[in-house]
Amino acid sequence: MASLKDLRNRIASVKATQKITKAMQMVAAAKLRRAQEAAEAARPYSERMGAVLANITAALGEGGDGPALMRGTGKDDTHLLVVCTADRGLCGGFNSQIARLAREHARKLIAEGKTVKIITVGKKGYDILRRDYSRQIIDRVELKEVKQISFVHADEVARKVIKLFEDGEFDVCTLFYSRFKSVISQVPTAQQLVPTVPPEGDAAAEPAGNAVYEYEPEAGEILDDLIPRNIAVQIFRALLENVAGEMGAKMTAMDNATRNAGEMIDKLSITYNRQRQAQITKELIEIISGAEAL
Amino acid sequence: MAEAFKFELVSPERLLVSEEAEAVVIPGAEGEMTVMADHAPVMTTVRPGVVTVKPTGGGQDERYVVFGGFADILPESCTLLAESAVLATNIDREDLARRIQDAREDVEDAKDDASRTKAELYLSQLTTLQGAILPA
Repeated sequence: MASLKDLRNRIASVKATQKITKAMQMVAAAKLRRAQEAAEAARPYSERMGAVLANITAALGEGGDGPALMRGTGKDDTHLLVVCTADRGLCGGFNSQIARLAREHARKLIAEGKTVKIITVGKKGYDILRRDYSRQIIDRVELKEVKQISFVHADEVARKVIKLFEDGEFDVCTLFYSRFKSVISQVPTAQQLVPTVPPEGDAAAEPAGNAVYEYEPEAGEILDDLIPRNIAVQIFRALLENVAGEMGAKMTAMDNATRNAGEMIDKLSITYNRQRQAQITKELIEIISGAEAL
Repeated sequence: MAEAFKFELVSPERLLVSEEAEAVVIPGAEGEMTVMADHAPVMTTVRPGVVTVKPTGGGQDERYVVFGGFADILPESCTLLAESAVLATNIDREDLARRIQDAREDVEDAKDDASRTKAELYLSQLTTLQGAILPA
């Protein structure tokens, strides 16, 4: 049985922990709001981009030959996985969820006899995947010192991907990130970047019926310019959603931790009080029985 | 007074401008073009340069510096998707100088003629831009 002093120390330390988790929760909440705003501010661009892309693809027609990045290599042998995670832990299952999805994907591809290459964005993804796939990881990007993700960072990753493609290092590229559904729910998602998957449903059908465009320069040349940019935009969006998701997950995790610490303090306090009372009673009995013996 | 149309300037980070304008001068890949209401539908890439917006009501022209992108022009609207865009008065000269430096290196690193031509073109566009905004 722990002594009274031990219990006191324990309570003090749990209280200190609770203060930290509470502070972290509040910081995450503030950052979440900012991250959500950033994600929303970036939305018009990617939406327009999608519309324009659909427009041009429609104009080129089904049989049109877009740039290689859009068509892919026509092979399916080497897969590049771009895994975006957070740079910090303490956010529940956020990072491991993304990593698990990527790992399952990689395992399946390897089982099919395909070559897998991995680029990790964010420190945690690298830490997790390094254990199983250290040979497959060809590059990693860390954004730890970055306060606010800007397009430049996404562009940097996109350039790497495009360079690898031009060097013929991969055939299919898939992006892994966590889609921000709500504060308490983030869905790990795999999205194919290369070859480009045509936007589905309404987005593709709607602008196609629009006016006939003139292109300056040729539609094909615009597309050459557009596709690499589209990759950067997709990565940028993924990074922004990731930040929002990370903050959401962190907020929930820290809320739980604060609550757990509170429960622990309650339990420890009861034990402490009970033990103190037991000691007092014991001393009283000793005095009384001593007096009776006289 | 000319008719107004809707002009939007969007960068990946945010929506910069969304307003009614009388005329917008866009530095298109194949030359500057002024867009007014009822313009024929055109899709063009944009080179680094200055976008001038003439707002309705005869206010002061607004000038933005854009670094590449493309414009989607329709009779009733014009959307400019810029890779990066700032107000001409807020331009960071050091940033521009750095971009020019990068472009110079790209020219030197270029492996084949096609990419060298591309890099040189970009470099010349940047230096023109620098010349255009320096006295401002």
